[in-house]
Amino acid sequence: MPSSSDSAVDQQPLTKLPAAPWSRQLSLASAPAYAAALESACLSIGALVVALVLFGIFVAVGGHDPLAVYGALYLGAFGTRFSIEGALTQASPIILTALCTAVPARVGLLVIGGEGALVLGGLCAVLCATASAGAPGWIGALVALLGGTCAGAAWIGAVGALKQWRGVNETISSLLLNYIAIALFNHLISGPIRDFSQTLKATSWPVPPAFGIGSIPGWSVHWGLVIGIGLCIVLFVVLRYTTLGFSMDILGGNRRAAQVAGLPIGRLLIVACLIGGGAAGLAGAIEVLAVHGAASESLIVGFGYTGILVAFLARQNPLAVIPVALLVGGISASGGLLQRRFDMPDATTQVLEGLIFICVLASSAFAGRIRWLAR
Amino acid sequence: MRSGELYSSTRRDVLIRGANLVAAGALLGPLGSLARAADAKPIKVGFLYSASRDDYGFNQSFAVAAKRIAKMPGVSVEEQERVPETAQCERVMESMIQVDGCKGIVATSFGYWPFVLKLAAKYPDVLFIHGGALWKDGDPKNAIGYRGYMEEPHYLCGIAAGRMTKTGKLGFIGSKPLYFIFNNCNGFVLGARSVRPDATCRVVITGDWDNPVKEAQAVNALADQGVDVIIADVDGPKVSIETAERRGIYSCGYHTDLSALAPKGFLTGAEWNWAKAGDFIHAWQTGGKYPNLLRGGFKDGMVAISPFGKAVPENVRQEVLKAQQGFVDDTLKLYKGPLKDNEGKQVLAAGQTVSNTDNDYKVNVKWLVEGAIGETGLK
Amino acid sequence: MTASGIGWYGVALAIIGGALRVSTPYLFVSLGEVLTEKSGRVNLGLEGILLMGAMTGFAVGSLSGSPWLGVLAAGGAGALLGLLHAGICNLPRVNDIAVGIALFLFGMGLAFYLGKPFIAPRAAMLPALQLGAWSNEPAVRAALEISPLFLIGIALAIALRWGLANTRWGLVLRMAGESADAARALGYSVNAIRTLATMCGGFLGGIGGAFLSLYYPGNWNEGLSSGQGLMAIALVIFARWNPLRCLWASLLFGGASALGPALQTVGVTSGYYLYSAAPYVLTLALLVYSSSTRHTLAGAPSELSISR
Repeated sequence: MPSSSDSAVDQQPLTKLPAAPWSRQLSLASAPAYAAALESACLSIGALVVALVLFGIFVAVGGHDPLAVYGALYLGAFGTRFSIEGALTQASPIILTALCTAVPARVGLLVIGGEGALVLGGLCAVLCATASAGAPGWIGALVALLGGTCAGAAWIGAVGALKQWRGVNETISSLLLNYIAIALFNHLISGPIRDFSQTLKATSWPVPPAFGIGSIPGWSVHWGLVIGIGLCIVLFVVLRYTTLGFSMDILGGNRRAAQVAGLPIGRLLIVACLIGGGAAGLAGAIEVLAVHGAASESLIVGFGYTGILVAFLARQNPLAVIPVALLVGGISASGGLLQRRFDMPDATTQVLEGLIFICVLASSAFAGRIRWLAR
Repeated sequence: MRSGELYSSTRRDVLIRGANLVAAGALLGPLGSLARAADAKPIKVGFLYSASRDDYGFNQSFAVAAKRIAKMPGVSVEEQERVPETAQCERVMESMIQVDGCKGIVATSFGYWPFVLKLAAKYPDVLFIHGGALWKDGDPKNAIGYRGYMEEPHYLCGIAAGRMTKTGKLGFIGSKPLYFIFNNCNGFVLGARSVRPDATCRVVITGDWDNPVKEAQAVNALADQGVDVIIADVDGPKVSIETAERRGIYSCGYHTDLSALAPKGFLTGAEWNWAKAGDFIHAWQTGGKYPNLLRGGFKDGMVAISPFGKAVPENVRQEVLKAQQGFVDDTLKLYKGPLKDNEGKQVLAAGQTVSNTDNDYKVNVKWLVEGAIGETGLK
Repeated sequence: MTASGIGWYGVALAIIGGALRVSTPYLFVSLGEVLTEKSGRVNLGLEGILLMGAMTGFAVGSLSGSPWLGVLAAGGAGALLGLLHAGICNLPRVNDIAVGIALFLFGMGLAFYLGKPFIAPRAAMLPALQLGAWSNEPAVRAALEISPLFLIGIALAIALRWGLANTRWGLVLRMAGESADAARALGYSVNAIRTLATMCGGFLGGIGGAFLSLYYPGNWNEGLSSGQGLMAIALVIFARWNPLRCLWASLLFGGASALGPALQTVGVTSGYYLYSAAPYVLTLALLVYSSSTRHTLAGAPSELSISR
């Protein structure tokens, strides 16, 4: 019975990689790669349709007209320019927190610590901004963003390090670290770094207004969205076309193969965690700089957990994270309309998201079964 | 009284009871404008809540007012619950304005304020009302902040508690370490010690707006210390009141009328009266005048106390109502010398008083009065 | 600092009482998870199951007037969600941890959706046993006011400990968790065993939720659980998959949750956020200390994805 941690990852097909990652580089631009991507997309869309049908039945049982509810969902999510802006606003933090799960998943780790990395990123952004008060706006903003990124990276990096050196399960340690991060955050903003002029809510020192991140001209969406999309594209390219990404895929696909190939396994695990944690920390920093202007409990609203959902829906592909985050953002944004139009509970959209999540996971059982795609 | 009792009190009952209470409060001013509302333009008002609106707490206190406002001529109400204090609340308000055509927004939770300010500048034809008096000069004129001086009804609860306690030990459960929570605590202790000079009050801060397990733990821990009256300044004090009832100790309510939750041990409670929003909306409809910043206590009808519980004898009721009248007439001052904090330091010398409307003083209260066991952590 | 009167003695009582009151949901959920994990699967969706159980228990309790019926219904709801988890995990190439996270989100959404009309009503509470009736001290009497569910939980922990070690069923369950191939070779359906184990685990998790809504703190709203279901997963590791140790660990975690409020009642006021993080820090420290890259955690089923 294999019981060493070496077998920890090779029996867990988190990412749907081809059985032999070796063959992939040879056929980078060839038909099988596209067929795999196409199959993946078809499965996701199929799962989405099934989830929507199940949701319709659920809604109908509750006495509502499913078609009308679908209509309101569409209208609230993507029906108008206004609602698209709403979806984009919702999507911008979860694009980044999704990377916190998606990137470590490439090396076979299931990290769910995005929430903790996000709040600490926000916290560290405040500290860095305070330290660089007086600097020109863009420098201060840059320092704060970098500070947030580093904090998140270190937090999740520790998860990777514990995995590598102590064999601590990364899912459990990142879950525990979420609670620890939130406790630490609450402790600091209610005392040591508190802005006492904010009377109705425990809030950290404010970030100098000059460091704030503004909106994209003509849109009521802040630049954080562009940063998130940019990072997704960069990571997609890095993971797909560089040696680093290739090594990660080998490690994620088969740890033994990675060992045989002499890859630096520990370093790869930790780098993947650093990247993921950095993305979530960046999300926290952006929330602070673009939305709140300080760190407060408004950062702890579950962006990290929604990110896990997005990562799985996107099948851990950074590029797919973008549309999926938009979809999930749109669904949450339309929740208000469902409440006000149909008097449905606010959790309606949560039910839909849960159904989609379950259907997408179930659909991975059919990977490789759709024969006509492979031809 | 553990089992076997099935309470039939529904949310509707509670809301109606609350609405009646607000109607009674109308004597003091709010909604007095109802009668001359015939010329009002139709208006849609959107309410945003941070949690469920039947939470027996802060959100319900606003929902009671919303119910009432929805009955005003020409006014219809849209409501959305559990809106987080993030960029999402900004989107929700805009959606109410753009999609539903709301011309009035009532943003109930404190954290909505920065977003309210941003949108008030963007939509000058919409009235924004916020349940936290944070408006200052230079802020948009179509934004209103209003809030009651909750320490006054806490003082009255304190009187009832001081009269009813046998052990002389009271308990105060607070959610977050914030100035108004500590003012409420001070009010409660001062009220109690005005009738029972040796009374002490143990202060427990849970650290969360809403954490039922911790609140129940706090009530039990207090009861274990011999505390026999508690008040819980948390978002939804339902669990605290019910736990106190089970432990057989007295309790005081907060936010809204909670008397149904503890038929035996409920004394009275500190309540908001948010119905002034009806006046603001009416003024906006008819082009009348409205304040941008409104703070007030009993004198302005912004706060109220809950109906007395069975346990409270007539003489105590009279004493409490007399003190209430003292606040209405402004003859009773909450903070008056000689006053020491709980570290023995003199805060106010004999003869010194603080006006009940001196908000700047209250915001800077970072200490607890003598008799309170605990610290603010604000110093 | 004036810890007058009952003072520190009261603090100790509050912690003991708190441990007895708060430990039950931890106990049920962690026993359920031990059962599931012993069969070789992890159910990370227990938080969703717990919330569904709490909601169902409260709803049925308040509609029917019988809290015990509510407890049963809560168990049923938990078992159904367990069946959903198992059903999806039985498909090929599906990761059980991921399904657990999905179930967590789905169960939470469903509980909040269906539970909306039950936030305002009240339900009859489960009765309590007065084991402290001998004492004149009200604090002692209150601390020893025990829910029958807690006693059932203790009995269950002992029974599970014995049953896993000494019965045929226990052996088959453990075999599925230690070596699926061996179980298959002996003609058992590993999937069927794991499905049953996950359903039983869900049943217990649902009862843990019903305890929250029908006994302590005895209420239903969206903020009811502060992560007890997620915590139980760490607790199982803390207890090294031993049902009896689950009992001690539950008491420890319960006591830790009473520590902050109890200390504040005697004037120790600073750092309440840090106290509440104590169980998480403790579990993490234990994990770091006892894990190794060379061998599995002692007591961990070999087939388990989180222990490898």
